[in-house]
Amino acid sequence: MFDPHKIREDFPILKRKINNHPLVYLDNAATSQKPRQVIEAIKNFYENRNANVHRAVHTLSQEASELYEKAHEEVADFINADGIEEIVFVRGTTEAINLVAYSWGLRNLKKGDEVIVSLMEHHSNIVPWEILSKINGFSIKYVGLNDEGGLDYEAYEELITKKTKIACFSHVSNFSGIINDVKRIAKIAHDHGALTLIDGAQSVPHLPTDVRDLDVDFLAFSGHKMLGPTGIGVLYGKRDILENMEPFQGGGEMIREVLFDSITQRCTITWNNLPWKFEAGTPNICDGVGLMEAVKYLRAIGMENVQAHEHVLTEYAMKRMLECRNVEIYGPKDASLKCGIIPFNVEGFSSHDVALFLDNYGIMIRSGFHCTQPLHTIFKLKSSARVSFYIYNTREEVDKFMEALMEIEQI
Amino acid sequence: MTTEDYVARIEETCGAEKDFIVIFRYDKKEEVIKKILQKAKKEKAISTIIFELTFQNTSFRLYGTGKAIFRNLKDKNELQKVLSDLLL
Repeated sequence: MFDPHKIREDFPILKRKINNHPLVYLDNAATSQKPRQVIEAIKNFYENRNANVHRAVHTLSQEASELYEKAHEEVADFINADGIEEIVFVRGTTEAINLVAYSWGLRNLKKGDEVIVSLMEHHSNIVPWEILSKINGFSIKYVGLNDEGGLDYEAYEELITKKTKIACFSHVSNFSGIINDVKRIAKIAHDHGALTLIDGAQSVPHLPTDVRDLDVDFLAFSGHKMLGPTGIGVLYGKRDILENMEPFQGGGEMIREVLFDSITQRCTITWNNLPWKFEAGTPNICDGVGLMEAVKYLRAIGMENVQAHEHVLTEYAMKRMLECRNVEIYGPKDASLKCGIIPFNVEGFSSHDVALFLDNYGIMIRSGFHCTQPLHTIFKLKSSARVSFYIYNTREEVDKFMEALMEIEQI
Repeated sequence: MTTEDYVARIEETCGAEKDFIVIFRYDKKEEVIKKILQKAKKEKAISTIIFELTFQNTSFRLYGTGKAIFRNLKDKNELQKVLSDLLL
């Protein structure tokens, strides 16, 4: 049975006090805390298994290689990918998107082509395309939002054409938490011969994810938002698409052969098999192992339970926040439409004032643009405060947050 | 003494407000709060959690945790001047 109080025992940091108050960590959309299982796996790797992978015949390297490959397998199973060939380890969501932009986009997008991006995207799913469009000359079309802050699917259908080569959307908005209909997005894109790239940074840690059911072509997500370490993330790509893509970076590990031709005085290079073709240089082995442990932890809980728990907390928090006269919540008010993210402001206070005030009580929340400046422009906001939940948050913590929030209201 | 002896970090806020958050050194927190409260005009206070203050036409909020948020300043140089006048 899912019990957040029991889960909390696995998270050493949650025993901390901040400003003489027990830590209430509500900034999970930025990064998650780590259970001791993940911390121990990292410690154990460096104490007992550390060696470079795929490079040596010695025992330690074999053990490290096996662990690193198992980490890919665990992630592949977690999102129902068709084998480790479809799982590329990268630094995080940002690098995964940049990999697609530079490896696929640089060679497949040209003047006259179109890329579709939504206005609810994190900057990491906007900036790489804007940079690349200045190199290759393709155009970018932005899909707007409906009144509730959700994706305007009708506008998307109107904007997409046969010239569209890729549609890039987030599964869950890191601002409002709204869940986009990725199956619908992918179908519309495929009907027009376009690929889909989904930013799963806020969805994979919180919802059951089945890439085959969603039928996405690329899915990018980060380990650190799902109990894993920082510096490790995943690019899922359909095998046939990845096979046909050129590498992102060159170096060791990603090659099979580098043959020097004494006549042409050049090297002929053949790429390694997937996924190693996209993992140039010594990879982040240890954090890959840490990510595997995080995935095991989440699978033991069950992603349906993760989603259900966050839904209960979000519904409860929104209900209480909506009772406050000076608190305004943005995005959908129906918790069933979203993950555990609530953006808000308190009248008369900047979001940073709210965050600093809550910090007095050991309550950690986010303030600012959350890397979604275009979305803030649409909502006519200078910035916003944001609470975001995860498996270890409790109803009691929501109450503590509300007590402090009501105190701000009385200032 | 310089302001660096009292200030651990200065962060420009993320958002359209372009405010500055000043995080004072933990071991100097009490001294800083005392100094600031002596020099700045207190507009409002909520126990020792939050002080709404003005100083040289600059409005700011000082928190009991040793952090302050300064508003409507032109740039970091202006902030440094205010901090210097407040702390030194």
